[in-house]
Amino acid sequence: MTDLIADRWILDRPNSYIGRSVPRPNAPRLAEGRGTFVDDVPLGPRAGHVAFVRSPHAHARMRSIDTEAARASPGVIAVLTGRDLAAIHDPWIGVLTHLEGLKSAPQYALPLDTATWQGEAVAAVVADSRARAEDAAELVAIVWEVLPAVTDPASALDPDTPVIHESLGDNLAWRRNVDFGDIEAAYAEADHVIEETFVFARHTGVCVEPRAILADWNPAEEQLTVWHNTQCPHMIQNILATHYRLDEHRVRVIAGDVGGSFGIKVHTYADEIATVGLSILLKRPVKFVADRMESFVTDIHARAQTVKGRIAVRNDGTILGFEIDALSGIGPYSMYPRTSGIEANQIVNLMGGPYEFDHYRAQATVVFQNKNMMCQYRAVGHPVKCAVTEGLVDAAARATGLDPAELRQRNLRADDSYPCRSVQGLPFENLSHEESLAKLLEAMDYEALKDERDALREEGVYRGIGLASFIEVTNPSAMFYGVGGARISAQDGATMRLDARGNVFVATGATEQGQGMEAVISQVAATAVGVPPERLKIVTGDTEHTPYGGGTWASRAAGIGGEAVARAGRALREQILRAAATMLQEDAANLDIRNGVVVEAQTGAERIGLDEIGRICYYRPDTLPDGFQSELVATRHYVPRKYPFAFTNGVQASYLEVDVETGFITLLDHWCIEDCGTVINPLLVDEQIRGGIVQGLGGALFEECVYDRDGQMLNATMADYLVPMAAELPDMQCGHVESPTAESDLGAKGAGEAGTCGAPAAVMNALNDALAPLGASRLTDMPFTPRKVLRALGRI
Amino acid sequence: MDTNVDVSMRVNGDPVSRRIEARMNLVDFLREELGLSGSHVGCEHGVCGACTVRVDGRIVRGCLMVAAQADGADVTTIEGLSDTGEIRALQDAFVERNALQCGYCTPGMLLTLAELMERNRAASRSEIREFISGNYCRCTGYEAIVDAFEMARSARSGGGGDAA
Repeated sequence: MTDLIADRWILDRPNSYIGRSVPRPNAPRLAEGRGTFVDDVPLGPRAGHVAFVRSPHAHARMRSIDTEAARASPGVIAVLTGRDLAAIHDPWIGVLTHLEGLKSAPQYALPLDTATWQGEAVAAVVADSRARAEDAAELVAIVWEVLPAVTDPASALDPDTPVIHESLGDNLAWRRNVDFGDIEAAYAEADHVIEETFVFARHTGVCVEPRAILADWNPAEEQLTVWHNTQCPHMIQNILATHYRLDEHRVRVIAGDVGGSFGIKVHTYADEIATVGLSILLKRPVKFVADRMESFVTDIHARAQTVKGRIAVRNDGTILGFEIDALSGIGPYSMYPRTSGIEANQIVNLMGGPYEFDHYRAQATVVFQNKNMMCQYRAVGHPVKCAVTEGLVDAAARATGLDPAELRQRNLRADDSYPCRSVQGLPFENLSHEESLAKLLEAMDYEALKDERDALREEGVYRGIGLASFIEVTNPSAMFYGVGGARISAQDGATMRLDARGNVFVATGATEQGQGMEAVISQVAATAVGVPPERLKIVTGDTEHTPYGGGTWASRAAGIGGEAVARAGRALREQILRAAATMLQEDAANLDIRNGVVVEAQTGAERIGLDEIGRICYYRPDTLPDGFQSELVATRHYVPRKYPFAFTNGVQASYLEVDVETGFITLLDHWCIEDCGTVINPLLVDEQIRGGIVQGLGGALFEECVYDRDGQMLNATMADYLVPMAAELPDMQCGHVESPTAESDLGAKGAGEAGTCGAPAAVMNALNDALAPLGASRLTDMPFTPRKVLRALGRI
Repeated sequence: MDTNVDVSMRVNGDPVSRRIEARMNLVDFLREELGLSGSHVGCEHGVCGACTVRVDGRIVRGCLMVAAQADGADVTTIEGLSDTGEIRALQDAFVERNALQCGYCTPGMLLTLAELMERNRAASRSEIREFISGNYCRCTGYEAIVDAFEMARSARSGGGGDAA
C-alpha cells in the first residue's frame, strides 16, 4: 500500500466555500415546479406514446400474438413485437468477467417467444396518446402456454425444479466461495460459536418519479436523441450505440431533472431499450413513462437474501471469526450491465468490516427466479452485511455478558492501525471506528438511555437500544466495474470556461439526482477559481455538452466528480492569472483571484476584475502583446488509482418502543455518526444521511415485494407496498468525524449511502433488545411487521 | 359515441376552455392541455400526493378527479402560487433548509403545507407530520420538510428568514 501525501490547496483557498451549507442553485426552480423532468419535455403532435403489453404470467410461452384489433383501435400508430425489434438490435448478457462464473442468458428489448417474469413487456402499442395506447394494448390477443414458475430460491437448484433458460443448463447464476485464515480453528478456540439466520425481503426504490424515456430518431442525420431519467448518461449512450449498432457520437443522452433514483435508474431496462427501437422503426419521437404498477413489477428489486451466519467469540469478547452462507434469488436474467451478482459479492467482501479478526469463510449462491429482476439499489449489499455482522456481534454480547458497546469497543479496528487490509484483503486507507463510536455514545447519552430503558421496563414499557457500526464503499475506481469489462466510467471529467462577462461555466460528468450535486460542484468550482457561486453556471447530464464521466452511483459524484472540478478550476485560475499578468505586466505568481477579482496575493489589493479580463481577451486581443494567446477553458479528469474504493465508516443507533399488545414498533430516536472525509456541504451531507436512514428503516420495518408461489407480485400498488411516511419517523441526529482521503486534493469520500447501510441493523438490534426481557424469540427476518413481533412474543 | 366534453374553468386566475376526452383526469389536463408541468404524476391512484392541486380553495389529488369535475371551478397549481407569492416563505424555507432533494414531490408537498398554514399555523411537529402523511417524499426522510414549515411560519410572523 502506498502512503499518500495530499496537497490540500483547495481547503486553504481564501474565501473558501468548502465546508459551508451553500444553497443549491437548482433548488428554487424545483420549488416553483419549474423543473424539466422527462415527462415535462414538450412534444409535438407527431410524438408517439407507448403502452406495453405485459406478461400476466411469471413464466409462459407465447404461442401466438394477434395484433389486428389493436392496430385498428383509434389513434394507434403501430403495434410491434419482440421479433420486429430484434431485427434492429443485438441482445445483451449481464455478466462481468471479474465475477468469475457468473452466467446469464441473452436478453432482448422484448422477448422473442417466452416471458420469464410477471410484468415483462412482450409487445408494444404506440398511439397518439398514452390513454389510447393503453386502450389498444388491451386488444392485443396472446395465446399463452403457461410454464412452471421457479419462485423459491431454496429449491431453485433441485434436480426436479424446471430450468428457466435451457441454454444455461441450470438455475445457478453464480456462486462464490472464499476462505481466509482457518475458521475451523477459530471455532475450536472460541468459547462461543453462535449461529443465526437472517432474512432480507425483496424491496425496491419507489422513486416518486417513475422511469421515463423519450427517444427521437432522426434518420436523415442518423442521430438519436434520448431524454432519459438515468443516473449515467454516458453509460446509456454507450449501451444504446452498442445494441442499436450506431456510432456513439450519433447518440445524445440528456438527463435533465431526475425525480429520485437511489440506484433504480442506473440500469438497462428492456422496455426503455424497446422505446428507443420504436422511435428508430417509426422515425418519430416515442415516449415511455412507467405507471406505478409497471414500476413495481419492473423497477429493479433488491436485497432478497437469506444468510446463515456464525460468529466465533471468546469469553473476553474477542471476535475470532465469521462465517456466512448466503442465498439470493434474482430475476430470470442478471441485470445489464452491472449484473445481479454485485449484491452477493459486496456481502462476501464486506462482512465483519469494522472489526479486527483473522478467520472468515463465506459462500454466496445466486439463483435465477421467475420474478422481477434484482440489481443494485442504494447501499448495495451493505444493509445485509451490516445487519448480519451487527446481529451476530449483539449475539456475541449476550453470550459473553458484555455490554454491546463494550464488545464493539474491544473489537473495532483501532483508529491508529491504518493503512491496513480487511480479512478479505480489501485495503482501508483511514477510518475512525473508535472515535465515531465514542462520539455516538456521547451524543445519545448511552448510559442515561440505558437507565431510562431499564426503569421503563419496570413499568411495562418495552424500549430497546440498538447499535450498528459499518463500513461503506465509496469513490469506486475502475476495479468495481471497468475491470470486469463493463463500459461504466469510473473517472470523471470537468470543463470550466471563463465567459466574456467574467462568469464561469462548469460542465461535469457527474449528475444531479436531487442529492445536491450542483451545489457541491458550485462550491468546489467557486473555491478553486475564486469567484462567488452565483457567478457560475453548472451544466450536467448531457453527453453532448459534458466531459465523459460516470454519473452518479456508489457515492462517487462529490468525491470523484468534485475532484475533477477542483483540478479544472485550478487550471482555469492559472490561465486567467496568466492573462492578468500579461495585462498588468506582473508576475502571475504574485496574483490571485478572490471574489471574482484578480488581486495581489500578499495584500489582497484589487487589480482587475474577471469581467475586464473577459472583455479584453475576447474583444480586444489586439491590445495584448504579440505571441500571447489567452486560453480560458480548462478540462481535467480524475480517477482514484491507489485504492480500489475510498471506504467510509460510521455507526448508528436506534431507540424504539414495542407495543407488546399490538406488535407495533414506534421509532423514538435515531443517531448516525459518519465519516465521509472532507464535508463539502454540511447541510447536504446530513440530508443525505437522513434520507438514507429512512430508506434503511423502510427495509427493516415496512417494505417487501410479496410474491405468491406462481410468481405473482401481490402488492404492486402504493396502497399495498408500505414505505416509511412522515408520521412514522423520528427526527434523526447526525454527527461527523472527518478523515479525508489522501487520494484527492479535496479529500471527500461519499455520503449518500451510509444511512441506508446501518439503519436496518440498528433497528433490528434495538427491537431484540426491547423484547429480550420478555423471553421472545429473536427477530432476524425483515421487515419486522407487527405480526412477526407478536409471533416472537408467542401471542399469536 | 362522442366521449369528448367541453370544460371551462379558471386556472391560476386565467379562464380556460377546452374540448377534451371525458376520462381525462385533472392533472393530465393541467399538464398536457395547459403545459402546467409543475404538478407531477407519481402513482395515479391517489396515494403519493405529487399531483396535489387546489380546487375552490381546498387541496385535491389531481389524479383522482377528472377534469370535467372541475368545470366551473377555480384551480390553482404550484405555478400560480409561485407567481402570486402566496407561498414564498415556504419556498424560501424549503431552499434554505434543503427540504427538497429531487423536487418531484415538492409542488404537492408545498400545496399541502400551504393548506396547513391556513388551517393550523401553530401545528406541532407531530401534527405537521400527520398532515403530510399523504405525501410521499423518498429523498428527505421528512425531517427537513417539518423544519421548513416551522421556519416559514416564523418568517411569516416577522421572525425573520433564519428563524428555525
